[in-house]
Amino acid sequence: MTNRAGTGGGSLPRILVFSTNNISDPGIDLAGSRHLHYPATVSTITVPCSSGIQPAWIVHAIESGFDGVFIATDGDECAYLPDCNERSARIAAEAQEQLRSLGYPAQRVRMAALCSVCAEPFVNHMREFSQMLAALAPTGTGEEAA
Amino acid sequence: MSERRIGVYICHCGGNISDYVDVAKVRDAIKDEPGVVHAETTLFACSDGTQQDMIQRIRDEKLDGLVVASCSPKLHLFTFRGVSKRAGLNPFQYSQVNIREQDSWAHGDDHAGATEKAIGLVKAGIARTQWSVPLEPISVKTTPKTLVIGAGIAGLRAAIGLADIGLGVYLVEREKELGGWVARFGAMYPNRSSGRELIDRLVAEVKKRPEIVVLTNAELASKSGSFGNYVTEIRINNDIPDSLRLEVGSIVVATGFDTYRPEIGEYGYGIDGVLTLPEFKELVDHSTGSLTYHGKPVRTVAYIYCVGNRQPGGNEYCSRYCCAATVHASIEVDRIDQNVHQYHLYRDIRTYGKFELMYEESRKRGSVYMKFPDGTPPSVAKAPDGRTLLVTTRDTLTGGEELTIPADLVVLVTGMVPRDNEELTTILKLPVGSDGFYNEIHPKLRPVETVVDGVMIAGACQGPKNSTESVASGLTAVTQSGAMLMKGVAELDPLVATVDPERCTWCGACQEVCPYAAIDKITVDGREVATISAATCKGCGGCTSYCPDHAIDLLGSTTSQIESMIDSLAEDPLERVEEPVA
Repeated sequence: MTNRAGTGGGSLPRILVFSTNNISDPGIDLAGSRHLHYPATVSTITVPCSSGIQPAWIVHAIESGFDGVFIATDGDECAYLPDCNERSARIAAEAQEQLRSLGYPAQRVRMAALCSVCAEPFVNHMREFSQMLAALAPTGTGEEAA
Repeated sequence: MSERRIGVYICHCGGNISDYVDVAKVRDAIKDEPGVVHAETTLFACSDGTQQDMIQRIRDEKLDGLVVASCSPKLHLFTFRGVSKRAGLNPFQYSQVNIREQDSWAHGDDHAGATEKAIGLVKAGIARTQWSVPLEPISVKTTPKTLVIGAGIAGLRAAIGLADIGLGVYLVEREKELGGWVARFGAMYPNRSSGRELIDRLVAEVKKRPEIVVLTNAELASKSGSFGNYVTEIRINNDIPDSLRLEVGSIVVATGFDTYRPEIGEYGYGIDGVLTLPEFKELVDHSTGSLTYHGKPVRTVAYIYCVGNRQPGGNEYCSRYCCAATVHASIEVDRIDQNVHQYHLYRDIRTYGKFELMYEESRKRGSVYMKFPDGTPPSVAKAPDGRTLLVTTRDTLTGGEELTIPADLVVLVTGMVPRDNEELTTILKLPVGSDGFYNEIHPKLRPVETVVDGVMIAGACQGPKNSTESVASGLTAVTQSGAMLMKGVAELDPLVATVDPERCTWCGACQEVCPYAAIDKITVDGREVATISAATCKGCGGCTSYCPDHAIDLLGSTTSQIESMIDSLAEDPLERVEEPVA
């Protein structure tokens, strides 16, 4: 199963977001606090810092049926690591490489910095990513690696 | 089959969650998950009664894990960790699942989708708790000093309070003088003591306390470290610039507000005799015997309320202090000269609490109040004679007829706007709300704390406040700083990286990438392996992905936890619900 039966808007891609406790997760919270809508097929797992995400988790998510993984990094605001962006980018690139070798296109993994008040940017990212994923062939069809 | 004993609570949050998410359906979908021995829905998980029920159940059913699906962990993670602790359950076996900010509120347009999402999220929370292990918090020594930024009425009062509870204080003020806005004010409500006098009293108290170091012409230039032990750099903007390095345990931001500046032409602003509220207050505060403007006696004043506030597309919020401040100014005008005619053109009068008495007094003294319709604000023009101003308005209280009031002065009742503090906001990573003011974690429950541990906000930098409210929040920040620093030690989350010595084959990659020097090489049973200092590790997990042996895990976000959360989220949420009951 790749696409959960959407309810309000038909069949929508399933997106797993990795957010960070202190910066990007409050930004995602704020989107909800302002009642900004994005697809309900987006779910979030929170970690302390995006540099602690393991490429294997991303691969696991895609292989388990998620259509896309979005890493919401702290950007330059990371309280832990000044080079958090570079580290997170390395993780995303490694996951993309592993996915490519399994026949999934790299576009299924996306990364962007999200600040603690970036409510609208988050919603826009989710809408755009969802549209992009919907245009890709569904995972597991064997058609998408071409 | 899991041997865990997990209790799950799914919160209605009044209707904040249950209006959009079918909480009973969520409960039914997760009640048979492995390890779950109890699942229920509750109207308010955070209420005292429910917390007591949880404690009782944890004890009676010997629960070894707790999951509460409610609001953001920013609000209640510590509430339910506390519940766990009081019930004898290790607090790190508690998982908070956010089904409000990240579900019901975000998907009000898709109730079925929100319910499905909640099922997945709660299952993922159960999975996180399934793989949790009991952990003990890490103790770190804290620095018993607080940096207060801004020496207005809130910052000054906070500095005194902090010194009195035994903390060292650095009071940093950007301007040359202490006192902020209130230092410029004359008679204030309720006992007419002047703002200047109040500030002088506070400054005298500050001077009596050697624990308070005052730095003027000074600004925060950088901040590093973490809660309990921040290292800050203060830039001193004297003729000979200087900088200071200060070590503090907490930071209180009390940088105050700015006032709205109307555009030229906005309600006639720019015409001689059209003043903003602060400009008018200054005129009143410096008047004795009679109210004069440019040497001419003032006979009529017209006040136009809500200028720059409650404007769609502009400052949408109510600035809330300006009604009372204007009513008060009009009483002061009447005290100076009882023959001044005063017309108040308002949208709504918000003189809450005791200010209602002041409003009553102003009417008794002869002020006339006229309510203009929301979409039809008054207009201001110079009279043909070039001397007086003409204010045209409609009064909805007397049938909406158009009236023109000739006035000597027109006062635009301007509200508070956020100060431009971009550098400070960036350095402290302070969250800014849609209104531009700093955001607290929770307006009622955690009113001065921010998402940055140990950094608090007080006074009008949080949003429009009068001086009484500013002082109250300054003192709240004192209490909160005391609660954080008076013990001398702070408990930090033990959610740090750990090495599995069985798997580690020591390559040194983790040590190379750790900027905190938390990783060392040790010998275990004749083998060289990595070890991580729990006190030094900051818990970022940055080392984990560099380990070729997959020997490092971050506690609280272990690979077992994350991958089982992914499995739960990927599952078809309704599979279990739709199974026929055996």
